Amino acid sequence: MFDHRHLISLEKFPKKDIQQIIDTAFNFKEVLERPIKKVPSLQGKTIVNLFFENSTRTRISFELAQKRLSADTVNFSASTSSLKKGESFKDTAQNIEAMKIDAVVMRHPSPGAPYQLKKFINAQIINAGDGTHEHPTQAILDMMSIQEKFGKIKDLNIAIIGDIYHSRVARSNIYGLVTMGANVTLCGPPNLVPKEISELGVNVNYNIDEVIEWADAVNILRIQRERMGIGLIPSSREYRRLFGVTYERMSRRDKELVIMHPGPMNRGVEIDSEVADSEQAIILEQVLNGVASRMSILYLLLGAKEEDGDEN
Amino acid sequence: MAMKIEQIEGRLLLKKPKIIDPLNETETIKDVMLVDGKIEEIGIIEAGNDINFIDCDGLILTHGFCDLHVHFRDPGNGDKETMESGCESALAGGFTRVCTMPNTEPPIDSPELISYIIENTKKMPVHVHPIGSVTKGQAGSEISEMGLMIDSGAVAFSDDGLPIQNGLVMRKALEYSKMFNVPIINHAEDDCLRANGLMNEGIVSTKLGLSGNPNIAESIMVFRDLKLAELTGAQLHVPHVSTAESVQYISDMKNQYNEITAEVTPHHLFYTDEALYDYDTNFKVAPPIRDIRSRWALIQGIKDGIIDCIATDHAPHTSHDKDTTFDLASCGLIGLESCLGVVKKVLVDDEDLGLMEMIKLLTVSPRKIMGFDNDLLKEGKEAELVLFNEEKKWVFNKNDINSKSKNSPFIDAQLSGKVIHTISKGVIATN
Repeated sequence: MFDHRHLISLEKFPKKDIQQIIDTAFNFKEVLERPIKKVPSLQGKTIVNLFFENSTRTRISFELAQKRLSADTVNFSASTSSLKKGESFKDTAQNIEAMKIDAVVMRHPSPGAPYQLKKFINAQIINAGDGTHEHPTQAILDMMSIQEKFGKIKDLNIAIIGDIYHSRVARSNIYGLVTMGANVTLCGPPNLVPKEISELGVNVNYNIDEVIEWADAVNILRIQRERMGIGLIPSSREYRRLFGVTYERMSRRDKELVIMHPGPMNRGVEIDSEVADSEQAIILEQVLNGVASRMSILYLLLGAKEEDGDEN
Repeated sequence: MAMKIEQIEGRLLLKKPKIIDPLNETETIKDVMLVDGKIEEIGIIEAGNDINFIDCDGLILTHGFCDLHVHFRDPGNGDKETMESGCESALAGGFTRVCTMPNTEPPIDSPELISYIIENTKKMPVHVHPIGSVTKGQAGSEISEMGLMIDSGAVAFSDDGLPIQNGLVMRKALEYSKMFNVPIINHAEDDCLRANGLMNEGIVSTKLGLSGNPNIAESIMVFRDLKLAELTGAQLHVPHVSTAESVQYISDMKNQYNEITAEVTPHHLFYTDEALYDYDTNFKVAPPIRDIRSRWALIQGIKDGIIDCIATDHAPHTSHDKDTTFDLASCGLIGLESCLGVVKKVLVDDEDLGLMEMIKLLTVSPRKIMGFDNDLLKEGKEAELVLFNEEKKWVFNKNDINSKSKNSPFIDAQLSGKVIHTISKGVIATN
């Protein structure tokens, strides 16, 4: 029984439901390996991909997931919309819903935007990233990739490296990984790691060498260029020196270190090319798992319920 | 249920209210006879059956409330509030006297604009006192024509909403204001440290991914202002104190310099930042609603007399201003109509403050800061009174709001203590 109407946040999301999403995602991954990669699960459902912020891979990943499930999809991006004409978020959302749709996949630059959306419309909502708040589907695909690699998540040492303060990927990963029983350490410049964050059940360590030594896997966050130049990070070369996952750092270990990155990568800044392209990197596997995870999420939210006759 | 406002014609007898006089700190049960809106007699009054009367048994009669900090949005933003709707909202909350902040469009920074407010509110049922801006256009650089504005009726100066960042400008304004014996009110927030923070910085902002506005953004500017007031010998009023550190600094300064006063809002007393978990934009306000530690410090600051009064910072915004994402939503909330119910619940019911002390926070204390007449319960005075039910538990209902805007975080909250009648400028308002 998967009793959720929306997927907005992984905070307080039950462990068994995360596990169910991951398990179902493995089934869909098998579909993706077939010559005909399509199932009829969401036939007749209409999903709008509402993207108020630029995104290539997340949007394509969702769109593919929807098409593989036979849903009808419409893409809406802010650059082509009436938002430029000054229409409010509320009016845009209500106009789209008036066309009778079942679900909205939304990316929005403002933290909490899905909570406002929930007040404006009745459709089901999947959060594809809301500002610096959360990106739950990314965390699901990250956890799926970890489970695929290690056969488990519990008790693994997982490090998240980079700009924690501004990272929705970090927040969703923290909630998900802590719920699943992993040990989580955050590593990044102290001015980009909020001081209260250890209250979420994670460790903080500013020394990347110690963190790499400790970790079974590292999830390396993209350093956004716009963070530089406003005094948060002095330069990309200094960042690489202090927090970059370099080939030297990786190869200093005797055991394998699994390398993850949500993309897009800044090669030579947070991650060296030799690391990104190494055998230990599962970055492209994450991309494929992203499609499978999103199929699983869409199926469990929109499709599976009708069988119980429970439409909320 | 809509509020009713009626002219008081002839005689009106208020029968047996419990009269609480916050000036003389007395409590008596007596009758009050009003004639044409004035207090004719206070005592045991035998009157015939043909007289108009209100049975006030069980109600408290005291000074009409006074709010030093409201935004009535006139001129410029009649979609949010008008003088008329603002005054109705005040009456519904038991307020007979308010000071309006100058951050309108255009800002109130000249004697002509002060006169506009005075003229426009003469016939309103509430006493409206304009606060002029400290600097021209509220731009924070050149001090405005304070003297001419005082002549036209300004009661204080503030660039509220726009903190005066430049310490030299603040110093010169404080020095200049000494001629007029009026307070300078500076919205204390350091713009750089505030850093576009959308809510209080802490574990809740970390979880929500909303940029944080730290305590120190306020307290460091409160500290600066206190030191400048001491240096210049001017009168400083600190509005909407929100942090534990500010309370401490004000307390320290009051030990050595006494031209300092401070206010706190009902919403900072009632809520903590945990109320923001649903991203409800009605909780977006500057300064932000803080954590539990600061909330306790504010309550303790009132008990210890460090905080002088309650002010609502009534800040109306339309649904369009608020029905958007948290980053884009306007800052501010309406507070006049929920004020008594909130303050009575927090301070009296939950924190054991005496009712007399609570009433002072809404009456004699703010009036004293502005130099308004404080001896109201006297025969011959214009009646500026409120009658409220101290025990009444009620739910603040959106449909009952008299303000033009409905941006209240108290909608559906359980409150305690309800205004029944407000008597002001010859009218009686009944909730």
